[in-house]
Amino acid sequence: MSTELRDEPEAVEVTPELEADAERAQARQGFLVALPALGYLILFFAVPLLIVFVYSFATRSSTGRTLLQDWNLDSYRRLWDPLVGEIALRSVVLAVLTTVICLLLSYPLAYYMATRPPKTRNLMMVLVLIPFWSNFLVRTYAWRVLLGSDGPISQLSQALGGEPIRILFTNTAVLIGLVYGFLPLMVIPVYAALERMDWSLVEAARDLYAPGWAAFRKVTFPLSMPGVIAGSVLVFIPTLGAYVTPALLGGARTTLLGDYIVSQFLAARNQPFGSALSVAVMVVMLIAVVIYFRRGGRTL
Amino acid sequence: MSEAVELSGVTKRFGDFTAVDGIDLAVGDGEFFSLLGPSGCGKTTTLRMIAGFEFPTEGSLRIHGTEMGLLPPNKRPVNTVFQSYALFPHMNIEENVGFGLLMKKVGKSEIDERVKRTLDMVQLGSRAAAKPDQLSGGQRQRVALARALVNEPEVLLLDEPLGALDLKLRQSMQLELKELQHRVGITFIYVTHDQQEALTMSDRIGVMNEGRLLQVDDPEELYERPKSRFVANFIGEINLLDGTVGSGGEIELGGDLRVSGGDGLAAGTSVGIGLRPERITLHDDGMVPDGRVALPGTVASRIYHGDYYAYAVETPAGHIDVTEENRAGVQTHDEGIRVVVSWDPSASTVVVD
Repeated sequence: MSTELRDEPEAVEVTPELEADAERAQARQGFLVALPALGYLILFFAVPLLIVFVYSFATRSSTGRTLLQDWNLDSYRRLWDPLVGEIALRSVVLAVLTTVICLLLSYPLAYYMATRPPKTRNLMMVLVLIPFWSNFLVRTYAWRVLLGSDGPISQLSQALGGEPIRILFTNTAVLIGLVYGFLPLMVIPVYAALERMDWSLVEAARDLYAPGWAAFRKVTFPLSMPGVIAGSVLVFIPTLGAYVTPALLGGARTTLLGDYIVSQFLAARNQPFGSALSVAVMVVMLIAVVIYFRRGGRTL
Repeated sequence: MSEAVELSGVTKRFGDFTAVDGIDLAVGDGEFFSLLGPSGCGKTTTLRMIAGFEFPTEGSLRIHGTEMGLLPPNKRPVNTVFQSYALFPHMNIEENVGFGLLMKKVGKSEIDERVKRTLDMVQLGSRAAAKPDQLSGGQRQRVALARALVNEPEVLLLDEPLGALDLKLRQSMQLELKELQHRVGITFIYVTHDQQEALTMSDRIGVMNEGRLLQVDDPEELYERPKSRFVANFIGEINLLDGTVGSGGEIELGGDLRVSGGDGLAAGTSVGIGLRPERITLHDDGMVPDGRVALPGTVASRIYHGDYYAYAVETPAGHIDVTEENRAGVQTHDEGIRVVVSWDPSASTVVVD
């Protein structure tokens, strides 16, 4: 059917060299486009990370100055201090709790959103994102008012004839603040996974004698796993190292990894130990995430 | 003995829109029944109501005499082959096919045995451990079939199952499906918009348009005796000549042509005379055998189609398309010449609406 008038293209023999050239050109092209972001990340992420890594082997002088000499593993040995273990455990428990609560709250919401008509879906998405329009710090301060001993929750309790309730400066307050702060990061990936799911698969399951719950357990949930994994990682990692929320809402005696690291850099003036803590947290987290993704990947 | 599927007065409305409008239909046991119509005619909605994905707004739906009412899909003795196949991407072929039996709490050894037998039946025994995305379109189609058939449903519902396949594969799958249905003896209700497919495969066809079931007949009857303009036009090619019923029951066409067939219709009723292009003969010399209806005309165009010629002829009764086989001894007719168009009176059909 090709009757249109067209000059015959000149015959060019495609040699392996030409092909390799073309491939290299394509790779260069992609690289140039990525360069600004890459440069930014190298300068403000990779280099500082490297500095932290180097500092973790440095020596602390008696006055708290970091001496870039006598490289040693003392800071890493200190990680076995029971105090560090206690703080790490407390942080992990809090991060796991936050992640699980976020997932339990987000999944039904994401499911509801994904099963609405497209217009409603988009509107709900905007509503989920609205909190991001104001600053996280400001919103966390708002929780101080809400949870304080003369806040509305306490007042309501008193109006009902109960005791004044003070949630502020407890682990519960930190948990509430973290769940509030990171909920959208769970909702979005779970919603995205459910939204692009082929719902005829659920119909197929129902058609093949699966009651509603079984269809969810065998089809809907496994197929939304990529979203659940992404959301869990997005919530777990920042909560494990959370600093602002525990600092503003938490009590003085319940130190978490975030404040502990900060205190090493500031109050304790022990940059090598703070650096070693940071490196350790990052390495452990990296290993955990890789395992998590691998295991999640197998279910797909 | 009750019918496999029986619909009476089934209506489905979505808000103001009536998708299915008062359908009465009975599909017999072991029948290959097709629901045929253009997209949006309500055929898929009808199928989904039988499957239990939608519930009728009005009317009753029975399977082997049992009223389905608001029974959910998992409690109905039917299985569906979906247009998109809807294979579970996270399960291998074996797990896909065994899913229904697993949900029915059939024992593991029996599941294994039946899954194996069914996969062998669709010639996919060797791919049991593969994931759906490792199979070709035709193979996925077979898995979808196996996944439904392994449950030995009372009725198998198929929603344009061959729509995603290319032409050659579709044609071979048509034959395979028909053969399979004979072998398993299960009632098939097959939804398609492809009239050729419906004609080739079905025992009976129901033609739908705008939510209504217009005609239910076997393929020959449907093709030869369409009862409405829509059915006549939808199935194959047809010439529809405008006519009016005269006082004596004859039908008057343009060019003073009168044909019989208006008996029982009120004088003055406008009707269409349906004529299949392949049932018409062209004569260059005007030598028309006795007993045939004849009409003079001029050949407006001739198009070569390989195995046949397609002519367009202008006549006083209107424009008529004619096809003549390209075989030795059949004379061809040049554009512009005067011809006589003829057909056997039994070859025409009268449509009213």
